[in-house]
Amino acid sequence: MIQPGLVLGVSFGYLLLLVAVAAHGDRRAGQGRSLIDNSFVYALSWGVYCSAWTYFGSVGRAASGGVWFLPIYLGPMLAMLLAWLVLRKMVRIARSYRITSIADFIASRYGKSPLLAALVTLITVVGILPYIALQLKAVSAGYEALTGGPGQDGAAWWRDGTLYMALSLAGFAVVFGTRHLDLSERHEGMVAAIAFESAVKLAAFLAVGVFVTYGLFGGMGDIWARAQAQPQIADLLSLDGQGFQGFHGAQWFTLTLLSMLSVLMLPRQFQMMVVECVNERHILRASWLFPAYLLLINIFVLPIAIGGMLIFGDGGAGAESYVLTLPLSQGAVWLALLAYIGGLSAATGMIIVETVAVSTMVCNDLVMPALLGSGRFARKGGDLTRLLLNIRRAAILLVLLLGYLYFHVAGEAYALVSIGLISFAAVAQFAPALLGGMYWRGATRAGALGGLLGGSLVWAYTLMLPSLARSGWIGAGFLDGPMGLGFLAPQRLFGMAGFDELTHSLFWSLLVNVALYVGLSLRGRASAREASQALLFVEVFERGQAQPVFWRGRARPEDLRRLAGRFLGAARAEALFRDHARETGTALDNLTADARLVDRVERQIAGAIGTASARVMVESVAQEEPLSLGDVLEIIDEASQVRIYARELEEATVELRAANEKLKSLDQLKDDFMSSVTHELRTPLTSIRALTELMLDTPDIQPHERKEFLAIILSESERLSRLVNQVLDLAKIESGMAEWHNTDVDLKALIVAALRATAELFRERGAEVVLDLPDQVPLLLADPDRLTQVLVNLLSNAAKFVPEGRGRVQVALREQGSELVVTVCDNGPGVAPQDQAGVFDKFRQGGEAGNRPQGTGLGLPISRQIIANLGGRIWLDSQPGRGACFGFALPKGGADGR
Amino acid sequence: MRRRDGPPAQVLLALCGAGFLLFNFPMLLVWDQPLTVLGLPLLPVALFAIWAGLVAALAWVSARRGGRGAKDAPDDNKVDR
Repeated sequence: MIQPGLVLGVSFGYLLLLVAVAAHGDRRAGQGRSLIDNSFVYALSWGVYCSAWTYFGSVGRAASGGVWFLPIYLGPMLAMLLAWLVLRKMVRIARSYRITSIADFIASRYGKSPLLAALVTLITVVGILPYIALQLKAVSAGYEALTGGPGQDGAAWWRDGTLYMALSLAGFAVVFGTRHLDLSERHEGMVAAIAFESAVKLAAFLAVGVFVTYGLFGGMGDIWARAQAQPQIADLLSLDGQGFQGFHGAQWFTLTLLSMLSVLMLPRQFQMMVVECVNERHILRASWLFPAYLLLINIFVLPIAIGGMLIFGDGGAGAESYVLTLPLSQGAVWLALLAYIGGLSAATGMIIVETVAVSTMVCNDLVMPALLGSGRFARKGGDLTRLLLNIRRAAILLVLLLGYLYFHVAGEAYALVSIGLISFAAVAQFAPALLGGMYWRGATRAGALGGLLGGSLVWAYTLMLPSLARSGWIGAGFLDGPMGLGFLAPQRLFGMAGFDELTHSLFWSLLVNVALYVGLSLRGRASAREASQALLFVEVFERGQAQPVFWRGRARPEDLRRLAGRFLGAARAEALFRDHARETGTALDNLTADARLVDRVERQIAGAIGTASARVMVESVAQEEPLSLGDVLEIIDEASQVRIYARELEEATVELRAANEKLKSLDQLKDDFMSSVTHELRTPLTSIRALTELMLDTPDIQPHERKEFLAIILSESERLSRLVNQVLDLAKIESGMAEWHNTDVDLKALIVAALRATAELFRERGAEVVLDLPDQVPLLLADPDRLTQVLVNLLSNAAKFVPEGRGRVQVALREQGSELVVTVCDNGPGVAPQDQAGVFDKFRQGGEAGNRPQGTGLGLPISRQIIANLGGRIWLDSQPGRGACFGFALPKGGADGR
Repeated sequence: MRRRDGPPAQVLLALCGAGFLLFNFPMLLVWDQPLTVLGLPLLPVALFAIWAGLVAALAWVSARRGGRGAKDAPDDNKVDR
């Protein structure tokens, strides 16, 4: 046993540590270095799913039902497989429309209905009470187990203790959740603290698990071997024990489905997963980290449960505190204390987040509409942020006290797990309206209202009230049907017996829920606002920034600014208007209250007081034109028109830009061409002129000198005319004015002739030419002169680049499919990869600038034009250092008669 | 969904369907045999093994398709403050 003082001291110290963690998280957020902008912290914060139920209840359940504790964690695993699809959409919607609670989410989807918001809030509050009671019960039971308890006769003292605990937890929730009014933003500190708690409870539970499995026993195998000696324990781990008889399969399925829905619908999960999400992409990693966390925290549940039964020899209610009593019985006091801290983490984490989430709903969806409804309040001005915070604080306290009350009324009669399942079944009622609303545009407010109301009434009748009846608060006769009507017996509705109460309740409640939801949606017509909200929700991914704004009317900017100031505080209202002015490019004083501004103000206020209340407030300051369904369609049309125009404009811009780039490069090319041509022309001209001047100035020039000079002048003139011819040639071919004399051509003979013409070149360079020609090739239809030009070009090119004295050029002709392919490969320096694309451009000569061989730089461009005109293609294959390989292919049939 | 990033929907749905099947009756009857694996009863071992397998598969699918998308993810993923 441990002294109560020590337990209380350590617990309080731990809670203070949490506050410190939260304060650190808030401080880091303030500095812009968010602690929680991290998928690991995000995943850990989801660990709030593991409350005291997991920590204490799972072991208890395992001790009585074997693997039946598991479906509650398998469901989340299945849900997480779809998180990237479903949860991401929820996050995107919530972020786009400043949604801060599940009530807000549902109400906003169905036309911002205050009634729906209030209904969801009521269901949540009532449904969540058993869950909060569960945490109180677990912590107080843990305390009793640790300190030896007050004994049965000291109950009065302890009851007050639980009350104090509830009160102090309310205090912590207030500190964490309502320090400032920033619900539209996030509680960075709270999330950091919850992630920390998740790590602590996992570590503590694993520590106990290792202690029991490897300290008290010789591993899991040893525990199981010993358990087999006791048939009632051995039976636990086969389904035969309780058997797959009748409807047990249905119960397993129910539990899986229930937890699958709850992991998304529970207020604290919604808070952590959706509202506190920093970055959608974190979902990707968190969606597998979270089930991995669940797996880890469950891995020792069975060993602890069976180990406890082996040591204590029972499997009853005591099993729920095995985590504490096992270490304690072995004298491991500090481990027991650590385990208690872990349990405290689990319970407080759940309570803090749940009450903060629920208090937001109570404030925004129950209290605010009532306040706004009273005319006196609406007329009064002034900053309301203080009031909002106080309402939330009161709501937290109220929820915890109600939970405490339920703990007293019904807590004793049930095991932890059963209590929790009552809450799970309550929040499962949200699933049709919420999930359906995200994917089905036709769902209407009437359907959602009917489904929720019907489903939750059936839930209350078949699950909640029986739990109270069991505890004796309602006459036990109620369980046999009100006024003796047997077919209305709450746990055997219409004689459906054989199910456990949970499966029975879930079946009937979801049946009624879905039937009403679908039936009423199909029957009724959506109002304009419902239709517009449906569109905004279902197609949230399809619309980027250009979302349609469904608002028409008149409003004055001053009114809007005053309104924003009341709910957001003067500073943030000012910032909001300044941002809008900057984005629309108007001066702050000239702002007109157009639909965009009104929408923006409404969304911001919605972050503080909920979408439904925000709607009411905006309505109160603006003269609105009610929208008809036709108007909504028109606005959607306009928006999609705008989108289409925007996309077309974007495409046209891209095209224009490309065309402009092309023009620019053509222009550049032309300039380059001109400067190259003039440069090429000037070189021979200069030498001709210099030699002529020299001869003019020197009348007594020696005959042999004169002959030499004249020879140079002649060759330079030839070069000039060759260049001019080539430029003209190229221009003619490019413009399609060239004449083509196509006849049947023997390509092999052409190659031999071209080689003969260039033989002198190769001989000068000392290069060897290797021929690789087939015996016979089909004839081509082509212009033989042009083709010879190409061949001579390629050959003289190769001759220019081969190394002096060791040159080797290989000429090959091949028949490949429907083409004849000619390749001319040299063993020169090759062409660098970055230059290869440009070799066929005009005046783009190979080689270093300094030792560039003689040539006009027009050979390859002309060749390319000729080959293209003959219907073939030309290419270069080269690796630097391994020579260059030019090749061209021509279709066998020849070109089409040009 | 506008951008094609993250794991493909079909794969996730298929995994979820497989999980539903493996975790429920009547497949449970297959795991419910009087056999032991390394000295441990088959039923819990099978459930935990399937669980671990699904986590691994999800992690793999997420990393494979998500890693590439993450790099060019535009900033609009970020919640504006």
